[in-house]
Amino acid sequence: MSSLERSDVARLAALARIDMTDQDLDRMAGQLSAIVDAVAKVAEVADSDVVATSHPIPMANIHREDVVRPSLTQEQALSGAPAAEDGRFRVPQILGEEA
Amino acid sequence: MSDLTRLTAAQMADAMAAGDITSVQLTQAHLDRIGAVDGDVHAFLHIDAEGALATAAAVDADRAAGVELPALAGVPIALKDLLVTKGLPTTAGSKILEGWIPPYDATVTRKIREARMPILGKTNLDEFAMGSSTEHSGYGPTHNPWDLERIPGGSGGGSAAALASWEAPLAIGSDTGGSIRQPASVTGTVGVKPTYGGVSRFGAIALASSLDQLGPCGRTVLDTALLHEVIGGHDEMDATSLNEPVPAVVAAAREGALGDLTGVRIGVVKELRGDDSGEGGGYQAGVKQRFQESLDKLQAAGAEIVEVSCPNFEYALAAYYLILPSEASSNLAKFDSVRFGLRVETGTIERTMGATRAEGFGDEVKRRIMLGTYALSAGFYDAYYGSAQKVRTLVQQDFAAAFEQADVLVSPTTPTTPFKLGERIDDPLAMYLNDVATIPANLAGIPGMSLPSGVAPEDGLPTGFQILAPAHEDARLYRVGAALEAALAAEWGGSLMDQAPELEVRS
Repeated sequence: MSSLERSDVARLAALARIDMTDQDLDRMAGQLSAIVDAVAKVAEVADSDVVATSHPIPMANIHREDVVRPSLTQEQALSGAPAAEDGRFRVPQILGEEA
Repeated sequence: MSDLTRLTAAQMADAMAAGDITSVQLTQAHLDRIGAVDGDVHAFLHIDAEGALATAAAVDADRAAGVELPALAGVPIALKDLLVTKGLPTTAGSKILEGWIPPYDATVTRKIREARMPILGKTNLDEFAMGSSTEHSGYGPTHNPWDLERIPGGSGGGSAAALASWEAPLAIGSDTGGSIRQPASVTGTVGVKPTYGGVSRFGAIALASSLDQLGPCGRTVLDTALLHEVIGGHDEMDATSLNEPVPAVVAAAREGALGDLTGVRIGVVKELRGDDSGEGGGYQAGVKQRFQESLDKLQAAGAEIVEVSCPNFEYALAAYYLILPSEASSNLAKFDSVRFGLRVETGTIERTMGATRAEGFGDEVKRRIMLGTYALSAGFYDAYYGSAQKVRTLVQQDFAAAFEQADVLVSPTTPTTPFKLGERIDDPLAMYLNDVATIPANLAGIPGMSLPSGVAPEDGLPTGFQILAPAHEDARLYRVGAALEAALAAEWGGSLMDQAPELEVRS
């Protein structure tokens, strides 16, 4: 297992949509490397014959009748939005000027 | 009556039923207490005096009119600020949700309203429940009522501190890796993580969906059981909700309090008992001493003590800190500046998201999101997330084998008594080690309880005793826990909380 370089952290931050300053990247690179080194030990016992568990209590799919039921009103659903217009979420432009 | 806040929740309910006190008196007494001590403790992020008193007055009116009421009607409660509450601010301890007023109630919130319990307010937590000290709250830490310079545990430090400072008799917590049990341990209170799926999570802001479980917090085992029965049960709004009756935990607590554990096999988990080898190193002497004394009490009550080994627990902490960040990185993607919460507008939406999340999330949340992004990324998935899921299987197999030999498993809840605020804030790995004994239960989905085992002789701070049971067998926790509680109370001449130092009362 390898430690994380500053460039690795910059790529992760971009993927996770979290802006980071140069100081943030340096600090995170050190901390994340230490954590990654500590957790890498899981590979020691994870043999190929061990089945992976994703859910603690085995369950089958849950179904219900496909019928309309009461839900939030449009007004309620938009009540916490930073910006709304004409009954919809208003967002900043999606594409840059060059598009 | 003198100080109403010192009663147990069960006594409060009885006193109201007998007509000795009203819910308005009781609720006002707690609001007054919050006003007097919460400036120092900071258990609450939001207090709803008006709403709580309105519920209380309605309960009193119905009681006077002879209306039949639920068991805990009129008993006040505090909610961890991870539960959404219609019309009341909900932040999850994060600045990204500052000022958000949810348009709906969590299922647990609804059940508490239906139980007619006045909601005093919302309690502090580490941001999105990521932490063991409340120091990662975006709104400042909560202080441990036993020593205001020390951590109250986390993430549910606010709920535990509210109980330990007599601000509330009952509270709701959430436990993803110990966030109910570890705060209970370090504040001298009781907390239960039910079986995964035993309490609906609809409206609980998700951290790691395969690990999260809401649960009851109280000062006594019986009070905790009473609350467990209020909040438990199937909910079709939560697809992971167990479709089965709530375990009879109140009856189990009453049976346990009689003190007879004849025929009960109690397994001491070798890897979690604090021997100085492996992951269990670093246990404080007083923690080990109180744990052994509690074992002796259980044995004296007729239980058979056996030792069990769970060799893969050594890998549980590592697996947890891969699975949790992976799931959290996905769950927290919804904080995208569009539907709710903060927006820092900076050009395109992509740039706005990056700026919003940079400003709205604290360091620990950023660390875990990035760790999860890394563990799930192409090229690393098999080695990290995939391996962690296999460890999860191994931990479950260890539990299955251990429960062949024992009805419940026990350990100290945490390796140490509460440490000082600030002591571990710059060392994430040291912070994570708090949860070494509580995490395996979340990986396996089994229920667990922490209850007080005393105070450590060397520092006078609370120590916790953890009990674990097989999935669906939550009642066993309450039977064994109540028996231990009764035996210790007989020795102490009262509850552990009676030994807590008095907080300074400010007007």
